[in-house]
Amino acid sequence: MRCKHMAPLRPPRREPAIHSLPSILEDDELMRMISPTKFFLRGMLAALAVVATAAVLAVAPARAEVRIDITRGNVEPMPIAVVPFGAADAQAAQLGRDVAQVVAADLERSGLFRPLDQAAFIQRDLQMNAPPRFMDWRSIAAQALVHGVVEPQPDGRVRISYRLWDVFAEAQMTGQAYTTQVDNWRRIAHIIADDIYERITGESGYFDSRVVYVAESGPATNRRKRLAIMDQDGANHRYLTDGSTLVLTPRFSPTSQEITFMSYSNGVPRVFLYNIDTRRQELLGEFPGMTFAPRFSPDGNKVILSMAKDGNTDIFEMDLRTRRITRLTNHPAIDTSPSYSPDGKQITFNSDRGGAQQIYVMDADGGNVRRISFGDGRYATPVWSPRGDLIAFTKMKGGRFYIGVMRPDGQGERQLATDYLVEGPTWAPNGRVLQFFRQSHGGGNAAPKLYSIDLTGNNERLVVTPGDGSDPAWSPLLQ
Amino acid sequence: MKIRSLSVIAAVALLAACSSAPEDDAGMGGAGMGAGAGAGAGAGVGAGGAGMGAGQYAPGSVEEFRQVVGDRVFFGTDEYAINAEAQATLRRQAQWLQQYPQASLLIEGHADERGTREYNLALGERRAVSVRDFLAAQGVSPSRINVVSYGKERPVCAESSQACWAENRRGVTVLR
Repeated sequence: MRCKHMAPLRPPRREPAIHSLPSILEDDELMRMISPTKFFLRGMLAALAVVATAAVLAVAPARAEVRIDITRGNVEPMPIAVVPFGAADAQAAQLGRDVAQVVAADLERSGLFRPLDQAAFIQRDLQMNAPPRFMDWRSIAAQALVHGVVEPQPDGRVRISYRLWDVFAEAQMTGQAYTTQVDNWRRIAHIIADDIYERITGESGYFDSRVVYVAESGPATNRRKRLAIMDQDGANHRYLTDGSTLVLTPRFSPTSQEITFMSYSNGVPRVFLYNIDTRRQELLGEFPGMTFAPRFSPDGNKVILSMAKDGNTDIFEMDLRTRRITRLTNHPAIDTSPSYSPDGKQITFNSDRGGAQQIYVMDADGGNVRRISFGDGRYATPVWSPRGDLIAFTKMKGGRFYIGVMRPDGQGERQLATDYLVEGPTWAPNGRVLQFFRQSHGGGNAAPKLYSIDLTGNNERLVVTPGDGSDPAWSPLLQ
Repeated sequence: MKIRSLSVIAAVALLAACSSAPEDDAGMGGAGMGAGAGAGAGAGVGAGGAGMGAGQYAPGSVEEFRQVVGDRVFFGTDEYAINAEAQATLRRQAQWLQQYPQASLLIEGHADERGTREYNLALGERRAVSVRDFLAAQGVSPSRINVVSYGKERPVCAESSQACWAENRRGVTVLR
């Protein structure tokens, strides 16, 4: 697994060599923890485990392991100790501190964990091949403990390994080692945070992901808008366009390093594809009217969008391989903001065919159209959750906007956030967290900013960007 | 009654909020009082209503079109129908355009900020097409006319107020 030169915007997710770390408590644990795909390393790890196991005197009796049930509403964040990763020299030590800081920040921002103050830590001599002094961690009320090491390799890469411990059960919950180029360390930290999140909540993580959005600046009457991309925690922020052209509504491909978005390139508003690696921009299809509101299909092979012509807006689908365009709605109303279900079999969209904007669902071929939103107000921008269980939307009622969710049958509507203007929900890859943009009343002085919120409606956070932001779109987990 | 009093307040607020932007003066002279749908068609045109060719601007110039003819019309909330006041403006536009047949047009459709981005793009397109179709019905060749929607992306008035929303829900005829 040799690391080639990496494109700056796309450090591959699984490029680093991944080693499952065996438990240092029990040999049979070792067998469970090494997945078949990682089998090639087993011999080496087994040797480590044997040595380590010898040092362990007693294993605490089994008990219910530490776990966060995130299906409940307002969860008390779990106290977790994230120790700066150890290292042999000063340079690696800084990296070790940075990795731990990113892991802790990810976990904290989820609202489900409360990283403890490092100043309170008692044990300062953690070793990778020996269990921690659980008593020291219990006494500062840590329920879980993360520690690790950063080891520069002779080939210039770095090996980052960690263990997650259940402090009260005195058991290792997981442990992994990743070998990667040093530049890639933030991704490793996010992957470690995802491991921890997944092990403790039972849900897949979302930290190793990115967000593309529209960075805004300038006066409200002549807003400068640029595509920008960043890690989900705001790091590695960079602009993809220069602001000379108005751009709107970027959306990630689920399968490739591509974005689809709307641009007023040459003054003609159309949907484009943009390759993040090559920075190549391509007009999508030859449509006779304005194209907008694009989204990829879950398999990445199609883009669904709206075309407006002669005062009517309908929904079309374009096959990216054959370039064939298929009309999906044919109605004098405005049909727009389409979004596929994760199985690709259905499409949700909003239409004013009933008078005001409401949310509809149809089969992927355009048949079997049915309205699903029936509450007070207007409903717009439906976005199907990657888990398939919910549709997020923007609602307008009584001079306010709301971000909400409902089930695909229209039942179970809940509002998560509200303001003078909130719009454009986008799902984290695990379907547990949403981002959207918010603007308070005040016109010219009120600038839109990105926010994230938990599906429960708790833990609303500002997503820090260099300037103003709108139209966020979350990537899938990176590959 | 309620609408009328609101429109008066709106007009005042509009003056206060937007008087600094020179571009907005055109809107005021033309159909700027579109905010007051109930205020009567003729009322707002007073200043610039002297008719075409009234001295100050070069005949056939963009300035004349904007300042004397009126380059924009306004729409009700979530509406795209051409109301009586807008019809008057567009008739003047059509007359001027027939006088100067070399001019080609881009009609911009705009929406206020109180809708979702994508829907407002569609709504802006509806408005631009309404203007285009009205001008075409008045004898302006459709081949001279292109349309573009800016949705809520290019307001002329930045405040979150009735007056600004009314000013932003517009169709603008741009000569090129």
